[in-house]
Amino acid sequence: MTDSKKTLDEILNLAAAQFKVPREKLTPDDDFFKTLGIDSLQALDLLTRLEHHFNVELPDYELQGVSDFRTLASRIQARL
Amino acid sequence: MKMNQFKGQTLSWELKDGVIELALHRDPCNEIGSLTLEELEKFTSALERMQSDAHALILYSTLKSGFCAGADLRELYRGAQGMERQAAARGVREFLERIHKVMNAIDSSPLTTIAALNGITFGGGFELALVCDLIVADKMARFCFPELRLGLIPGFGGIPRLKRDLGNAVVRDLLLTGRSFHATKAQQVGLVSQVVGEGESLRAARGTAAQLGKFDRATAMATKKFIKPIPYEELKQEIVIFCELFTRPAVETGLKKFVESKDAQPYLP
Repeated sequence: MTDSKKTLDEILNLAAAQFKVPREKLTPDDDFFKTLGIDSLQALDLLTRLEHHFNVELPDYELQGVSDFRTLASRIQARL
Repeated sequence: MKMNQFKGQTLSWELKDGVIELALHRDPCNEIGSLTLEELEKFTSALERMQSDAHALILYSTLKSGFCAGADLRELYRGAQGMERQAAARGVREFLERIHKVMNAIDSSPLTTIAALNGITFGGGFELALVCDLIVADKMARFCFPELRLGLIPGFGGIPRLKRDLGNAVVRDLLLTGRSFHATKAQQVGLVSQVVGEGESLRAARGTAAQLGKFDRATAMATKKFIKPIPYEELKQEIVIFCELFTRPAVETGLKKFVESKDAQPYLP
């Protein structure tokens, strides 16, 4: 597995576990707001968990407009 | 009457074993509007009478969503609707002067004050945490001053207290980019004194408060006065700048956008 794929996979696993969605229902191009059924406060919760998990700092403005797992993974990968 | 216990609609407090615990519990995330302000004023009046029997004060939220998401922007927007801008600004000034009085009372309290944080600690919530002597945060706490996106500056005393407590790089980053950061980063920059596991901040704050009870109060009070001066002049200046900015049309547009937003990310700067 490449680093990018590994990052994406870890994000999907973390999101599935945190928001209690079956992992197999999540795909890289899903809109995570819709698929996970989360609001802005929960999105911040997810952001915090991802920062801790990957030990990175993700300024909010880098995620402006990002709503799918694949793009999210690429933004995280760029900071690893 | 000391009023050692109170249960209100937005907050409650209790004095027990020398520790006052102030719990915030207004859904969805302890937004500070006129009712919270009234109850906070009630609290600071009671605090004056209770503090001779206490050595510590803990502020915390009972809500999972977070400590406090800041000012109640929906109430602010509704209140300003249909009002001439200068009249709306006068109302805002009065609100700010009252909340500053509350913040200054907690900041200058002879007790050692601890903010026990979880989740969202934004805007006015961040400012409430900044009046405390110690900040204990669970690792999911998140800090931000999102006022920039409304065309405003923080108005509950945030800027002078940030400048008092933190270095320029982080103060400017927070205030000029409107970004948020988590508890670990907050500890790295000197804002938070302890980071604990999720849901553990109140327990850790209680442990700290118990430790504080072992020391001589007069020494603790003298130390606090020496290391934590209150920037009164800058606090007054902040109100003036906030009210000047508030009269601009851009602020009404920003508030309207926030209040009417169906965006999934209204809290994201």
